[in-house]
Amino acid sequence: MVLGTNLRFFRHIGVVEARFQLGLNFLMKGEPHMQVSMTVNGQAVSGDVAPRTLLVHYLREDLRLTGTHVGCETSYCGACTVIVDGKAVKSCTMLTAQAEGAEITTIEGLAENGDLHPVQEGFWERHGLQCGFCTPGMILSAVTLLEENADPSEDEIRLGIEGNLCRCTGYHNIVKAIEYAGAKLRGEEPAPAEWEVKA
Amino acid sequence: MFPREFEYVAPSSLDEALGTLASNPGAKVMSGGMSLIPLMKLRLFSPELVVDIARIDGLDAIEDRGDHIAIGALVRHEETAASPLVQEHAAALASAAAWTGDRQVRARGTTCGAMAHADIAADQPAAALALGATMVAASSGGTREIAAADFFVDTLTSALETNEILTEVRIPKSSASAYDKLGRRGGHTDYAVAGAAASVAMSGGTVSSAGIALTGVGTKPTLAAGSVEAIVGTDGGADAIAGAVARATEGVTVLEDLYGSAEYKAHLAGVYVGRALEQAIAASH
Repeated sequence: MVLGTNLRFFRHIGVVEARFQLGLNFLMKGEPHMQVSMTVNGQAVSGDVAPRTLLVHYLREDLRLTGTHVGCETSYCGACTVIVDGKAVKSCTMLTAQAEGAEITTIEGLAENGDLHPVQEGFWERHGLQCGFCTPGMILSAVTLLEENADPSEDEIRLGIEGNLCRCTGYHNIVKAIEYAGAKLRGEEPAPAEWEVKA
Repeated sequence: MFPREFEYVAPSSLDEALGTLASNPGAKVMSGGMSLIPLMKLRLFSPELVVDIARIDGLDAIEDRGDHIAIGALVRHEETAASPLVQEHAAALASAAAWTGDRQVRARGTTCGAMAHADIAADQPAAALALGATMVAASSGGTREIAAADFFVDTLTSALETNEILTEVRIPKSSASAYDKLGRRGGHTDYAVAGAAASVAMSGGTVSSAGIALTGVGTKPTLAAGSVEAIVGTDGGADAIAGAVARATEGVTVLEDLYGSAEYKAHLAGVYVGRALEQAIAASH
């Protein structure tokens, strides 16, 4: 959606930074806009958006938080999942206007002071990704799943991520990653990785 | 993908919302947006004005009203599914809500929204039909009640007028109801390839009344009148259920779609009428 060119060369030579962006904002420039404000990753933000601006586009193009991915755009795949007021939701199926006053967490807001969130750590430790496209949505879904159910069974984990599609992993290591994170969040020692046990 | 241009308002009172609808025939009501926004993104539907009712107070309750439960316009699928009141008195609806969409969708979509959207393969309309629900529609001229049987008119078409808001669904209490389905992604996940809801009342070992409804098989969620006729007056045993299964699609137009042939869908309708009836009758004992 965004065709951007950073002419960093000119800044490099101290003349000018020129930035051309042909995104949705450009497309919707002539439309009536409305003021929105919300909290994203702990920071108050506000902006002017056309009513048809989807939350995922606001996050990516206005706030430049591109960790939230645009996948299927039909509310199936869950790559655009963010946490809105404590609930995992699909930001491609939510108007920015609907998020007025909301508290939003994106993947960029999970780590604290450089320390990975236990779910992020789980995905790292248990190799819960291959291409990584579904990962931000998958992680945010898992964060809310573990908030609702601190000790989910494997079946509950698999059902809990029914709204997030992964086309690489076959889900196996994603489930292991969430089990790892669950143990960490409960203050327990995670079960060793399968490859460690089999060695 | 993104919708065509539209105007957006989020009124804070029902009266304000109804007034806006009355003066804007091209307006569309949105609660969670889980059905409306995908339609708008695909540009199958492009309202001039979206009236977001999510900021109206007092529409988000599930209430015990003695002989029925009232589910407000802003009650989310996940709230309907988790409500002890719904689980006890309208088990079919609790299951249908729990199997609507996926976790993210259930966190935003609403039970009343699913009714108003009237998808051919939606879960909760079938439960509402089987349970004999009543829809309460408000407009600036007052409110009217619409029986579930008259509410689902056609594909994505309900009996609601453009100036009306479905403010609540009233579900008569039933101690013996169930819903079962085959989801498009297997198990219970996603829209129903086919599904059925059943509600029964037993007296003295006999099925004294029943409501049975199908989803996913035709142009709208629909009552299975043949199955009801077959089961009422019987002992609700295996033979009686088989009789109801055999008449599951009697008088129902079964249509082929991407998920199966008409023959397969008719077969599934029978399978799920059987399962829903078995569970409902078991719950009545």
